[in-house]
Amino acid sequence: MEINEATVRKIAGLARLKVSDDEVSSLQGELSSILSWVSELEEVDTDDVEPMTSAVDTVVKLRKDEVTDGGYAKLVTKNAPKSEDDFFVVPKVVE
Amino acid sequence: MSDLIDLTITEAREGLENGDFSAQEYTQVHLNEIEAANKALNAFILPTPEKAKEMAKASDERIGKGEAGLLEGIPLGIKDLFCTKDVRTTACSHILDGFEPPYESTVTSNLWNAGGVMLGKLNLDEFAMGSSNETSFYEPCINPWRRTNDDTNLVPGGSSGGSACAVCAHLCAGATATDTGGSIRQPAAFTGTVGLKPTYGRVSRWGTVAFASSLDQAGPITRSVADSALMLQVMAGHDAKDTTCVDVPVPDYSAAMLEKVKGLKIGIPKEYRVEGMGAEIDALWEQGIEWFKDAGATIKEVSLPHTKYALPAYYIVAPAEASSNLARYDGVKYGLRVEGDDILSMYENTRAAGFGAEVKRRILMGTYVLSAGYYDAYYLKAQKVRTRIKQDFDAAFNDVDVLLTPTTPSPAFGVGEKSADPLEMYLNDIFTVTANMAGLPGISVPAGCSASGLPLGLQLIGKAFDEGTLLKAARVIEEAAGALPQPTKWWV
Repeated sequence: MEINEATVRKIAGLARLKVSDDEVSSLQGELSSILSWVSELEEVDTDDVEPMTSAVDTVVKLRKDEVTDGGYAKLVTKNAPKSEDDFFVVPKVVE
Repeated sequence: MSDLIDLTITEAREGLENGDFSAQEYTQVHLNEIEAANKALNAFILPTPEKAKEMAKASDERIGKGEAGLLEGIPLGIKDLFCTKDVRTTACSHILDGFEPPYESTVTSNLWNAGGVMLGKLNLDEFAMGSSNETSFYEPCINPWRRTNDDTNLVPGGSSGGSACAVCAHLCAGATATDTGGSIRQPAAFTGTVGLKPTYGRVSRWGTVAFASSLDQAGPITRSVADSALMLQVMAGHDAKDTTCVDVPVPDYSAAMLEKVKGLKIGIPKEYRVEGMGAEIDALWEQGIEWFKDAGATIKEVSLPHTKYALPAYYIVAPAEASSNLARYDGVKYGLRVEGDDILSMYENTRAAGFGAEVKRRILMGTYVLSAGYYDAYYLKAQKVRTRIKQDFDAAFNDVDVLLTPTTPSPAFGVGEKSADPLEMYLNDIFTVTANMAGLPGISVPAGCSASGLPLGLQLIGKAFDEGTLLKAARVIEEAAGALPQPTKWWV
């Protein structure tokens, strides 16, 4: 499985990662070799096999849909690189 | 005084209870040791001596009042993947610069409630992605072990390299670690320590920085099997804050560990005899089989036909989940932020500067296999292969109680030796990753030494939620191996 540089740039865009030209060319080689290695999975017969959705047999517990936590905006924004009046500050999004 | 540092947790608990020494003295010898050793080993990326002294003082008070917990006064190292309230938590990534969680992870809360003392935060591969601790933003951690007559620095394994190193060099009595594809067991094998990965769902993941949510599981690294039993006792248990944490009773592991071994059925999976595996690893495995026979266990060859597909399937599932989990690092809520012309370029600049090469590789790999048109071919296929792997184990466990395998295909390697080729590094997890894919518990126990004088481990894999049997079997290896060599103390 070979992927080209355009694909690397496309998935980097999807992943919100800026990649330099040098990175694109090394990633193209590395990702291609990892993808050709994982393609050996094609040998496995998985007809009529359910995909695993949970590693252990368990039933997810339900709880009441109610507010049990919160009321501390200062703590939530404490680690933000930029915050103002308990809000996160981001570059202007809407003109 | 100096020999206090050599006690196991079990021995130290007895000494503390008898009043032979105080928790404050016991903590202080560890703080001194960290001070002396950390420059060379780089196990702790953030020692917390003031907090440790404060916690040890409180432990002495509780011991005085007869209110000691299971781990009262025991100085522990915490992998820097566990959120610790108001103590910097970075996952050894630049992108979490200066992050001080306003909450405590369930695992560490459990440890502190049982009287544990925090010595500091331990080194790891960035976001636990690595098998050598070399991807850490805080520089690699170094293995206390060196080859005979050779002063090359070796890796302690990864991702829990700092945990394994600190326990091996007696910088802490025990450490927390996490295991997504082998990150507890492989470093334990590389450092001659005991590393236990519990069943998926045995230990809460709440407050632990997420890597691959369907695989991640926390466990202990210690210097004895009994110590691992004790730490697991405290770490395990249901937690309403993690829906995947299973509500089943936590048995008394220290008691289960002592039950009789006679009649135990040990499975030997033939597919683990892989090409390129060292002769000494094979010999160690044979030795392990003999030890179990001598202990009265029965040995049976079993087949796990999909073993060879576990690693490639893992390298689809883990990066896919990682790419989703790591989407949260966007320069807005915490950690690093690199400005840009608009919000998109701010995201892209922050993530480009904040993540290291291996993390970027996995995010891109994960994004690719989840992207439109490839989801079925890669991710869904890998999840189906995972079911096949689980079915293999289910069938094997109809016939046997525990599986015995080597932990790693080789002993510890040199710093820089394998970091150039991602695929070669990934092969380190070939024997450990199957347990994660099937959600099963596994333990690595030191069993011998390589010709080059390095520790080697044997791995046991158990049935889901049967850590008791796993620990009981682990004791067989521990007792039969006897007193193993210790590393020469070159680092102070």
